[in-house]
Amino acid sequence: MFDLTLAQARDGLRKRDFSARELTDAYLGAVAALNPKLNAYLLVTEAQARAQADAADAALARGEAANLTGIPLAIKDLFCTKGVRTTAGSRILEHFVPPYESTVTANLLRDGAVFLGKVNLDEFAMGSSNMTSAYGPVANPWTRRGDNRPLVPGGSSGGSAAAVAARLALGATATDTGGSIRQPAAFCGIAGIKPTYGRCSRWGIVAFASSLDQAGPIARTVEDCAIMLRSMAGFDPKDSTSADLAVPDYQAACHRSVKGLRIGVPKEYRSEGMAPEIEAMWQQGLAWLRDQGADIVDVSLPHTKYALPAYYIVAPAEASSNLARYDGVRFSSRTDGGDLTELYENSRAAGFGAEVQRRVLIGTYVLSAGYYDAYYIRAQKIRALILKDFTDVFRTVDALVTPTAPSAAFGQGEKMDDPVTMYLNDVFTGPANMSGIPGLSVPAGLDSQGLPLGLQVLGKPFDEETVFAVGAAIERASGFSALPGIRAGVAA
Amino acid sequence: MSYIIEGRTGPWEIVVGLEVHAQVISNSKLFSGAATAFGAEPNSQVSFVDAAFPGMLPVLNREAVAQAVRTGLGLNAHINMVSRFDRKNYFYADLPSGYQISQYEHPIVGAGTIEITLADGSTRQIGVTRLHLEQDAGKSLHDQHPTKSYIDLNRAGVALMEIVSEPDIRSPEEAGAYVRELRLIMLYLRTCDGNMEEGSLRADVNVSVRKHGESYRTRCEIKNVNSVRFVMQAIEVEALRQIEIWEAGGTVQQETRLFDPNRGETRSMRSKEDAHDYRYFPDPDLLPLVLDEAWVDGMKSALIELPAMKRARYKTELGLSNYEAWTIVDDPEKAATFEALLMTGLEAKFCANAVLGVISRKVNEESITFGLIPTIHGGSFFSNLTEIMRAQVTNAISANSVSAIIMSTPLDAPISQVRAMIKEREQVSDTSAIEAAVDAMLAANAAKVEDYRAGNVKLFGFFVGQVMKAMAGKGNPGLVNEVLKARLG
Amino acid sequence: MSLDPATVRRIARLARIRVSEDQLAPLGAELSGILAWIEQLNEVNVDGVEPLTGAAQMALRLREDVVNDGGNADAVLSNAPDRAGAFYAVPKVVE
Ligand SMILES: [Mg+2]
Ligand SMILES: [Zn+2]
Repeated sequence: MFDLTLAQARDGLRKRDFSARELTDAYLGAVAALNPKLNAYLLVTEAQARAQADAADAALARGEAANLTGIPLAIKDLFCTKGVRTTAGSRILEHFVPPYESTVTANLLRDGAVFLGKVNLDEFAMGSSNMTSAYGPVANPWTRRGDNRPLVPGGSSGGSAAAVAARLALGATATDTGGSIRQPAAFCGIAGIKPTYGRCSRWGIVAFASSLDQAGPIARTVEDCAIMLRSMAGFDPKDSTSADLAVPDYQAACHRSVKGLRIGVPKEYRSEGMAPEIEAMWQQGLAWLRDQGADIVDVSLPHTKYALPAYYIVAPAEASSNLARYDGVRFSSRTDGGDLTELYENSRAAGFGAEVQRRVLIGTYVLSAGYYDAYYIRAQKIRALILKDFTDVFRTVDALVTPTAPSAAFGQGEKMDDPVTMYLNDVFTGPANMSGIPGLSVPAGLDSQGLPLGLQVLGKPFDEETVFAVGAAIERASGFSALPGIRAGVAA
Repeated sequence: MSYIIEGRTGPWEIVVGLEVHAQVISNSKLFSGAATAFGAEPNSQVSFVDAAFPGMLPVLNREAVAQAVRTGLGLNAHINMVSRFDRKNYFYADLPSGYQISQYEHPIVGAGTIEITLADGSTRQIGVTRLHLEQDAGKSLHDQHPTKSYIDLNRAGVALMEIVSEPDIRSPEEAGAYVRELRLIMLYLRTCDGNMEEGSLRADVNVSVRKHGESYRTRCEIKNVNSVRFVMQAIEVEALRQIEIWEAGGTVQQETRLFDPNRGETRSMRSKEDAHDYRYFPDPDLLPLVLDEAWVDGMKSALIELPAMKRARYKTELGLSNYEAWTIVDDPEKAATFEALLMTGLEAKFCANAVLGVISRKVNEESITFGLIPTIHGGSFFSNLTEIMRAQVTNAISANSVSAIIMSTPLDAPISQVRAMIKEREQVSDTSAIEAAVDAMLAANAAKVEDYRAGNVKLFGFFVGQVMKAMAGKGNPGLVNEVLKARLG
Repeated sequence: MSLDPATVRRIARLARIRVSEDQLAPLGAELSGILAWIEQLNEVNVDGVEPLTGAAQMALRLREDVVNDGGNADAVLSNAPDRAGAFYAVPKVVE
């Protein structure tokens, strides 16, 4: 049963090959068995999952199958779930039980999904390794050949990626502010898409950086992502930045031919002393697309190298403001002090981890009097230049293909000496957030150590369909079928 | 007429600018669907957006935008077709998100002007720098517990207009006139209820002093002054405090102060001490606010008559005195009643007299408001009122009778009862009856008639009184005069 | 750009995060490292470029002025670390 993709499981449910309850029970069993090793789930909502599965079976029996009826999913613990603790991976929300359901998870429930529980993440989604979670790191289900030391699953959606890769869920919700869907998907050998900014509602998702945050799915295949995104996306009047556009049939787009599509290869993505294995994988991916009739074109995105440093002004600036509400008064943990100011200072010192504190301080600094123009305004101007780069190339190409990350998964504890080393994980993914365009990561192959590598497909704003078509074409050609060592259905 | 404070070192003039916070009249808050009504149970009008819960997002209220535009039009101000919302970041007990959403760099309304009139009849134009929309904060209660403050977020997120003046104000009187006129403009526009006791209108007062011909010296901001009288007092005591410092060789520190009306002094606000780096930046949860040209034009053409225009019209077209025009216009409900009476065809001066006289007395005695007059008891009070007043115009009853009937008529009296009361006091206009009464009176007062004819013309009033008395007050005064004059030759 | 301990103390105070005295210098060094990396943005000529505040390229939508939220004090207060009846409670604030 664990070998099925989301699309196959959906067919099986509709044909009544097995019940939603059987599927959910199997997944709950796998979570119980493997989660102690992976720490992907922070909270398993067993009783709720079984009740939802039973409701799904009743709906299936009535012949009322919706898009995701009976499909067991994991929910990144950044999505507020009504009556279910939501921590954002932070100590400061240790006891927070939202009295509301985020729009994205509400959409999934509307379409019949079963929620197995809440999964781990970097604290407030700030990180690329899941090492900043207040609830401990997540282990990547993959390990290097002949080496059992735990690797990071990437981040911030590390719990989502690890859960899906280890087959502890058929899919997972995730969010991406600088690469937090695509990089962990690449590290864990699965697919993930950050849709266009505005495609999924941000309402009810704990905010990190409002102008960059975007929800999306992580799943085993490109098509599974397409099925999930169909339900997650949609206009929401409660989010002023939500786009009032119809949601296309993304699954159908996965079957479109790429023949005649113009695929851009940005030369600036090659400059940073790229690892030869990553370069080789990239060339392979382009060759597959050429074989299927796509035109491969060299393009230039001249401001690429500035996207990440500009991101590290914009994101911390917004975060410093967004996180001011965690003050120990209304819903966040309190550490008392002599007066209110000390209560604030103590609660936030005790409640926020080192990386969150670092970013809040950087953000406070770059917005403060005398520095605003030099940092924030300059970063926003560079943001305009980055968007212009993309707008210009998308006049001549339909999509771009790049590596997802500059390396494969690394070890827990590596790249921790200097924050900037960790930040560089997002060098290929960050530009899509700065410009709002959609980006998908698709597993393409393994490196010499047996770790998965991903390729990234970038598309025009609101043209996720082309992104899916190109991603699915790479997936088909790669025939990627390698599996991680730790996964449901095999003895550990 | 310039306002000068004589110091030990010579005369000082004062420079004042006002930042008025006016609560927008709207059903729901600026960015959430929670209610705005005053006096509700604590935290009962709070959405998760207002309490800044994780993942909550602001969505702008169309009516708040419309109210800001209307007010801007009422201030003859420039409407900015594109404006933007910024975050003003600071920590405060009753500021749930740790930032106030406000409009810093690009306000919805730009420069405008308010004309004020002073006691000596002179007028001055006070510049309005800008008007922007922003959220109100919640309320902290400090007197409920010995060691704790209690927080009520009902007001958090309510829409405010902050109206910033140029530093054009030169006396407490001008400041008072400015606040009163601004308040009145918003009352007419129905964009702010102007209720200062409930905090719907508060002023931050920026005060500095200078010697004549100097440029500006350091100013202090006195926060949240909540009555016109206190605004005037605060300016006076703050100016004196600053003059004292300057004259003692000291330097005024730029700071935020609080006016204490009980002690008649301003004092430094400790809680605002280190809140000066607000780290403004555009709110990433909101997009630029772009107004629709036709929508704004529609509001422009629907703009009602403003108090200054009304006063001018009352004086020049309707012939009211300056006093009458100001007194009526100062109360929009009075003005509405006045204009409703005019609509029935009654004469303006007569209506103004009634509104400022007997109708005001009636309103007080019945403990109603002028605003209720047109509609109370299905409009029957208003139609009774016009019936009674018309009876004076047609000479059926006297001015005294009009007052007496209005004061004694119940608000819900049926028209038949009112007509009966008029009938009872109806004047006798039958010339022969009046002639008879005059002749009888003259016969009975032969000696006085002699006196009159000998030149004591003051007796005429006495004769009139005697005739009226004999006719039980119902004699038509005009006819009585006429007949008397004829008989006395 | 290097952040001295006084600057770190000021920022931490603005951000309401307690930082102990002995952490000011190491934290300053760490933040300075990040800022030094960010300095490369100064290479870019941004003359005449309009700042881009967000990725959404549209105008703001407006909400109708109807009351459809609030009226649930208990839900709003349910997560509060300290409450007094229908109020949130904090240490007494001196104005
Ligand atoms: Mg102010
Ligand atoms: Zn204000």
